[in-house]
Amino acid sequence: MEERTAAMRGDPVVGLTVDANAIGGLLLEVFGRDVTAMEERCAHCGTRSVVGALRVYMRGPGVVVRCPTCTEVVLRIVETPSGRRVDLSGATHLALPR
Amino acid sequence: MTDAAAAPARRTLDWQLATVAAVRAETPTVRTFTLSLPAWAGHRPGQHVDLRLTAEDGYSVERSYSIASEPERAREVDITVERIEGGEVSPFLHEVVIPGDRLEVRGPIGGYFVWEASLGGPLLLVAGGSGVVPLMAMVRHRARAGSRVPARLLFSSRGPDEIIYRDELDRLAAAGDGLEVLHTLTRRQPDGWTGYGRRIDEAMLAEVLEPLGASARAYACGPTALVETVANCLVRLGLPPDRIRTERFGPTGT
Repeated sequence: MEERTAAMRGDPVVGLTVDANAIGGLLLEVFGRDVTAMEERCAHCGTRSVVGALRVYMRGPGVVVRCPTCTEVVLRIVETPSGRRVDLSGATHLALPR
Repeated sequence: MTDAAAAPARRTLDWQLATVAAVRAETPTVRTFTLSLPAWAGHRPGQHVDLRLTAEDGYSVERSYSIASEPERAREVDITVERIEGGEVSPFLHEVVIPGDRLEVRGPIGGYFVWEASLGGPLLLVAGGSGVVPLMAMVRHRARAGSRVPARLLFSSRGPDEIIYRDELDRLAAAGDGLEVLHTLTRRQPDGWTGYGRRIDEAMLAEVLEPLGASARAYACGPTALVETVANCLVRLGLPPDRIRTERFGPTGT
């Protein structure tokens, strides 16, 4: 999958949406494990989705992850000089089985 | 730098040092790199690796590449990389990297876009351009695992010289174990071409899906626009959305 994480660093090559599977490595850093096969519930519409099927937008200054059903924001990840900020307010839960 | 290759990697999160064992041209703009990974814990067909390049001044870039090889090959993976003009990583891989070089890799990553023989079928695979790479891992695994699950691969390329893995796909389809490969060439069709000659559309998908039936599992990978089309058409053709798995990789068009 060529250059698909490029926009996370401001590379103009990448636009549009990709599947959250593509940011599995970034999510691995955030959660400490591979969550792409885990289930998430959207706080806006209540739909349960597999994390890997969420939609990712990387053209802005951070990574925005949206619900594939209602397109509302589920998760935001932004790199700042003081560290990484993770906004999970768009998800009511993330199921992490043993 | 510590010698990550000498110690077993305990977690996917750890970066490992891979040694480039081979480089092979697939098409004029696509190359396959075989990465030797002594501590590799194995992968599932459809997963990817993250690759990290670090410059002398500390600047580093990461990219994700789908694994092309089947998990039956131990301690090494193939990644197949399309050269993107103006990219930061793919021109380096194409022009600079030679066997013996070392690259930082972590993975395998991704539990969603995965197919294993134990999941069964029938199997519909739809690829656009280098989107064929994770599907190739599935097709190679299917053959190595002795699976006879009915499978059809619909593969969209621009022209005949741009069909990635063409010879191997011909061989796999000729094995008579239930795999069929159908090509569409969107820009240039050679004389006597008997495959499709247009972009993937609903009529084409209906024809390709028909022998498999509505219980098929579908995997579509390619440029975002192509994958959107495929996913929407398959839902209209009656496939349950939870049996359609997608991997969109951005705006690169075929």
